[in-house]
Amino acid sequence: MNIVVLVKQVPDTESPRKLKSDDSTLDRAAADGVINELDEYAIEEGLRIKEAQGGEVTVLTMGPDKATESIRKSLAMGADKAVHVIDDGLAGSDALQTSYAIQQVLGRTGFDLVILGSESTDARTGVLAAMLAERLGVPQLSLANKVEIDGTAIKVQRQTDYGFDRVEASLPAVVSVVEKINEPRYPSFKGIMAAKKKPVETLDIAGAGIDPGQVGLAAAATEVVDFAEAPPRAQGQIVTDEGDGGTKIADFLASKKFV
Amino acid sequence: MAEILVLVDHVDGEVKKVALELLTLANRLGEAAAVWVGPGYEGAKDKLAEYGAGKVYVAADEELTSYVVAPKAALLAQLVGAGSPGAVLVSATAEGKEIAGRLAVKTGSGVLTDVVDVTDGLVAEHSIFGGGIIAHAKVRTGTPIIAVRPNSIAPEAAPATPVEEQVSVALSDADKGARIVEKVVQEKGERPDLTEAAIVVSGGRGVGGADNFTIIEGLADSLGAAVGASRAATDAGWYPHSFQVGQTGKTVSPQLYIAVGISGAIQHRAGMQTSKTIVAINKDPEAPIFELVDYGIVGDLFQVAPQLTAEITKRK
Repeated sequence: MNIVVLVKQVPDTESPRKLKSDDSTLDRAAADGVINELDEYAIEEGLRIKEAQGGEVTVLTMGPDKATESIRKSLAMGADKAVHVIDDGLAGSDALQTSYAIQQVLGRTGFDLVILGSESTDARTGVLAAMLAERLGVPQLSLANKVEIDGTAIKVQRQTDYGFDRVEASLPAVVSVVEKINEPRYPSFKGIMAAKKKPVETLDIAGAGIDPGQVGLAAAATEVVDFAEAPPRAQGQIVTDEGDGGTKIADFLASKKFV
Repeated sequence: MAEILVLVDHVDGEVKKVALELLTLANRLGEAAAVWVGPGYEGAKDKLAEYGAGKVYVAADEELTSYVVAPKAALLAQLVGAGSPGAVLVSATAEGKEIAGRLAVKTGSGVLTDVVDVTDGLVAEHSIFGGGIIAHAKVRTGTPIIAVRPNSIAPEAAPATPVEEQVSVALSDADKGARIVEKVVQEKGERPDLTEAAIVVSGGRGVGGADNFTIIEGLADSLGAAVGASRAATDAGWYPHSFQVGQTGKTVSPQLYIAVGISGAIQHRAGMQTSKTIVAINKDPEAPIFELVDYGIVGDLFQVAPQLTAEITKRK
């Protein structure tokens, strides 16, 4: 089975995240980069499916040079190879353009299954799986907390507010995962060493078959008009409990008309 | 004025509060036109009229709700093509955003997600990076598709007499690729929906175990609140994952958020920072949650929370 896992390098949420003042895009230099957390669950699921069904796991990422850190980690976890699309022309692409660019690359790699995290911790749009399924014309099996594959039949549990939906489809398909799906493995020492020898294909826009007029900030379908740091919250009142803490909160809530 | 399409969020005919919020917003931007998908419109009709739906497109065919999101996007794309609306509003729930994503591809339009307000000229306000930055953005290609976060707009009654139009859409094979064979309802209580609730009471690591969540539930019930949990609590299996508030869970923006035994790591703050009033109970005076609170008690939650529950019950 040809499994492609989409991986995005994002700023570490523990470090300060900023937008750049000149073009209102994410300041990737200002923060440490890490693999998007939910993508680790996607990699893990890809590896488990490969272990059960056979096949190969390819990691696909788009992003600056720095994203090689995330590729290395993915390979160390057990992915077989990687494709890294790296081109300044991609900078500032919005979700619509990103989905187009990934579609083009998937046209080269081919796939039976595309797996990705259900959202990234930076943009948090949560639209990519849906956009990709739409573009590729394949089933959208998103927000999965369980995946079962039998031949070309695939069943997932789609997480909902009320519980879950049982969803059935046929491969090829796009699957997005939520964190409940599994427990991502840590790279072993052996895995880290082996990762160094695994093939990483680097492509620019032209090499990936991406039309340069359809990606990048200038062609984005959305634009940031302005931004500012949110005003800090005023320091509240903090009281040490002296046996009447609950009553004091009730007094506070009453003063705000909540009770 | 241009029509503003609002995809109505409902569960088996029961209209979600966010739909009323979107109708209110739509009438500020143009003329609200509700889009109803699936059975149950008759029962919801009065509510949509009360909140200003001057027009309702009704697509009652049950088949539209039998597949994962694609049919709803197909229907909206057809309405966008036929009527050239000023914008399409959906709720910024996981499913709402997916519908927005597919619609954006179908219509070649820009999509803005997790929007908290929209002003003249269809400029959308976002609260990003866990509430740390307020950004304004707009769509410059196609019909703006805007996913608005529940609880961001105060719904206002504005009675209208809706013009109803029955609509249907022919689904392609691709639209029918992911079939929903069963909807499994796991937790359906009397409590309000987490993302829509006016008050949320959440428990974290300090709660110490699944059984102790009855303390959180008791406090929530005294206030008519929804129950949430931090990632530490859901990872430990003390409370179901679907109740997780935070970066990898739900984003909530209630009038009142009470954090009980939650330290307030960025993971959690990203999901609740835009709550209007924040109260915390934590035994650690250094806990970062206290940087956010309007009122905080440094103390043992097992003493403070039950006392608070009793006090609220007494005052009712």
